Amino acid sequence: MADIQQLNKIASQVRRDIVRQVSFATCGHPGGSLGCADYLTALYFEIMEHDKGFNMKGKGEDMFFLSNGHISPLFYSVLARSGYFPVEELATFRKLNSRLQGHPATHEGLPGVRVASGSLGQGLSVACGVALSKRLEKDDKTVYVLTGDGELQEGQVWEAIMFAAHHKLDNIITAVDWNGQQIDGPTKKIMALGDLNAKWTSFGWEVLEIDGNNMEDIIKTVNQAKSTRGNGKPKVILMKTVMGFGVDYMMHTHAWHGKAPNAEQTETALAQLEETMGDYPYSV
Amino acid sequence: MSSIESFSKLDQIIPTGKKSTRDGFGAGLLEIGTQNDQVVALCADLIGSLKMQPFIDKYPERFFQVGIAEANMMGIAAGLATTGKIPYTGTFANFSTGRVYDQIRQSIAYSHKNVKICASHAGLSLGEDGATHQILEDLGMMKMLPGMTVINPCDYNQTKAATIAIAEHYGPVYLRFGRPGWPVFIPEGTKFEIGKALHLAEGSDVSIFATGHLVWNAVEAAKELAKQGISCEVINIHTIKPLDDEAILDSVRKTKCVVSCEEHQRHGGLGDSIAQLLARKMPAPMEYVAVNDSFGESGSPVDLLNKYGLGVQDVVQAVQAVLKRK
Repeated sequence: MADIQQLNKIASQVRRDIVRQVSFATCGHPGGSLGCADYLTALYFEIMEHDKGFNMKGKGEDMFFLSNGHISPLFYSVLARSGYFPVEELATFRKLNSRLQGHPATHEGLPGVRVASGSLGQGLSVACGVALSKRLEKDDKTVYVLTGDGELQEGQVWEAIMFAAHHKLDNIITAVDWNGQQIDGPTKKIMALGDLNAKWTSFGWEVLEIDGNNMEDIIKTVNQAKSTRGNGKPKVILMKTVMGFGVDYMMHTHAWHGKAPNAEQTETALAQLEETMGDYPYSV
Repeated sequence: MSSIESFSKLDQIIPTGKKSTRDGFGAGLLEIGTQNDQVVALCADLIGSLKMQPFIDKYPERFFQVGIAEANMMGIAAGLATTGKIPYTGTFANFSTGRVYDQIRQSIAYSHKNVKICASHAGLSLGEDGATHQILEDLGMMKMLPGMTVINPCDYNQTKAATIAIAEHYGPVYLRFGRPGWPVFIPEGTKFEIGKALHLAEGSDVSIFATGHLVWNAVEAAKELAKQGISCEVINIHTIKPLDDEAILDSVRKTKCVVSCEEHQRHGGLGDSIAQLLARKMPAPMEYVAVNDSFGESGSPVDLLNKYGLGVQDVVQAVQAVLKRK
């Protein structure tokens, strides 16, 4: 059984890492990072079988692909806290000569990253390729993908959705960060996504809906998605999250999608997030 | 001018028949698929055009049909490569480059994925389908991507050999070929070495550097010029990137002038790569045989090549022009 309390503690430290990375870099994307902190914590610390020694090919491992690359502070924190690279390196986020690029990249050889992302809409396609390969190799592990909800406005995502269903890639579990916000405002106003559940369902996917900021709900639902392997359907978890979750003044607004808090705002944010695993030092 | 004896090698270049370069790709894919079980293939609804059926018949489990969704195909290829497969993507050159540039840039080139982007129906010689399909900008787009290898073989045999050779090279490759039946003149079994130019004829008056279908036009032009007493060195630059700097400089050191030939825009193609090299290392008079800032149109391949300045006579005139500038 998952230790929910322990996972929540890890998620709290991950949220501190997000705020501190973005604050120290004076730029980055805290909103979506905070909103998805619970999901990625659950994947890396409970659900996935993965090797922190990092092998690019990921044979015999569950593999995760971040399609909405701008929430890199979250990805980096989770990778560092689960042992892929030293947590001290988080202080280099977005700095010159860092492996922690503004958006995730393989170019600098950061362990844990398998493909660059940032230009939206590409992650699910890559995951389809990995899923095909796992099937070819009779590797029964799962391929996880996280996409934004605004990202679903990219046409390529729907090409991949169609492909995965056609090729019966039931070894893919996609999660959509359904926070209803994008840079220019609420998705409803910018480009309404419509009935997401009906859309994915009609494309042949098995659809699950959860509260993406509830650890218990996440663990239960991902395990449920895993248990239906063999039914020939890829799975999507439509994950209702609150952008900026955990920091009161960042919640329920798109204002903190891509903006760093100042020193005072950083202190206010950190006061709301328990330090559970030790902060890394602010030095490059 | 040189003596006629120096042209003997040129006279030995005799076609054995006509076959398309895309047929060379299909044959090469089947062979490399047999040699290397990590090779997989993808196609965006153009199996027949890309001649991929023999591979599919033999290795159905290693072929993936993606439908008319080229952006998705590039991403899937990146995913397959991540796990150690060697994916060959197949569609027209237009849809292999411009349509999916960002996917190639981020998921393949920047991520250094071992994907082989195989692009047929490049250039004007696609023919009757017209300018929507006749891409003349692809070499430029692809060579600008850091780490991308760019290859444009000249006949059936060379395309087959290149298709096989690129599996041994780790890293993204753009392999460009075409639709029409075209003279087969590179001897079967000629070694294909990425980045190594192929000398077709020794000469002393002018260096002709040609790629793709225009290599044959360069050979025909050189034969005609030989009758006028002009000695052309004909070098096949099948690899546009990395460019064989040494072969180019060695030739120009001798001939002191250059003509480049390609089925591509003048801007951004092989000629520009050569000009950049010469500007830095060995400035020399140069003429381009290339399309001059224009889209194509419908027509037969040879008529189109002639109309847009890529015919045999265009090569002849370019040589005559550059010799006057020596």
